Amino acid sequence: MYDFEIERPGNVADAVKALGQEDAQPLSGGQTLIPTLKARLAMPSVLVSLAGIDELKGVEMRDGALWIGGGTTHATVMREAADSYPALASLAARIGDPAVRNRGTIGGSLANNDPSACYPAGALASGATIETDRREIAADDYFQGMFTTALEEGEIVTGVRFPIPQAAHYEKFIQPASRFPLVAAFVARFDSHVRVAITGASNEGVFRWREAEAALGATFAASALDGLTLDGGEMISDLHGSGAYRAHLCGVMTRRAVQSIV
Amino acid sequence: MTQVKMTVNGKPASGEVEGRTLLVHFLRDDLELTGTHVGCDTSQCGACVVHVNGNAVKACTMFAVEADGAEVDTIEGQAAPDGTLNTIQQAFQDHHGLQCGFCTPGMVMSAAALLKENPKPSEAEVRHYLDGNICRCTGYHNIVKAIMAASGQEVSALAAE
Repeated sequence: MYDFEIERPGNVADAVKALGQEDAQPLSGGQTLIPTLKARLAMPSVLVSLAGIDELKGVEMRDGALWIGGGTTHATVMREAADSYPALASLAARIGDPAVRNRGTIGGSLANNDPSACYPAGALASGATIETDRREIAADDYFQGMFTTALEEGEIVTGVRFPIPQAAHYEKFIQPASRFPLVAAFVARFDSHVRVAITGASNEGVFRWREAEAALGATFAASALDGLTLDGGEMISDLHGSGAYRAHLCGVMTRRAVQSIV
Repeated sequence: MTQVKMTVNGKPASGEVEGRTLLVHFLRDDLELTGTHVGCDTSQCGACVVHVNGNAVKACTMFAVEADGAEVDTIEGQAAPDGTLNTIQQAFQDHHGLQCGFCTPGMVMSAAALLKENPKPSEAEVRHYLDGNICRCTGYHNIVKAIMAASGQEVSALAAE
């Protein structure tokens, strides 16, 4: 690792101020950032640790939606969202491994927007709102491509508000070495509409499968997806699977998610 | 350099660290607690698992500065002061849950975290919980058996896979 200083602010305002320094970068759980630093793929001069900021932590119902603080670990979401939003708790419970879940945070995951991460699918399918230190961003506007989000330099994800669907399911085809999904689908059924988000598949990162949403909105059954396909040419192709294979998995994962709900 | 203070295995510990000093290096190099191992250094293998404020974490993927003020427990704190092994360690010995022993500190610390949150796990739950701990000798079977035994469950019927 290149050398850097670590600052440990106690509140969001101080963190934002610290992030105004040149080449400063926020550090949340560090489960992606620390390996990145070890590989010398990042060279911050200052890391601003968000771990000591209590206002970034918590899982609670607010006005009918589930609010999760940006600094809340996957293990906490797994436990504390189990009753209010079981599909999201189940997603959190399958990220990485137990030790990773005790450090990694929802805000870190969403800020990084890894094209194979779990939380982006949960947030996008739920129609969540990303709260930052300066504004609120709808999930539909937030995810802007592989490792790219609407966040500005030094902007911190302070919380995420999840509308709770009538029913939902996260179906993950795990890549066992990394424990990321090879492809995963989050299907959320609301009273008036259905949202489907796919992670692990597209070169553009997480995306909504709108044709599937329309079909499921008309008839909520796995058979409604018959004949729907995605273009493998736009999918990630690597040693773990070709684009065509991933495109196929999108359909399989979405069908299984629907079958788990009905 | 930053001054850090923490409680390690119940005793106060302190030292000067760089921002980039990993917790595992502070434990091994500064405190000379070399039971916590660095296997892969990429948070895959789990040989470096310790408990920070009661939660299992990978000490190779956390900065020492972040453990400032925390309660840290390592493999050295598991046996009684007279060297008597704790239940999990004894079960690893009784059931031959290790061969080369390199992964064992992490396995024992992960097992301790599991049994704290789930005192009677099923075999499947034990295997699932060990997702982040890699052992290249045993094929895991005797590790799982040891953890099941440490939780007070009958293990004679566990078939080898």
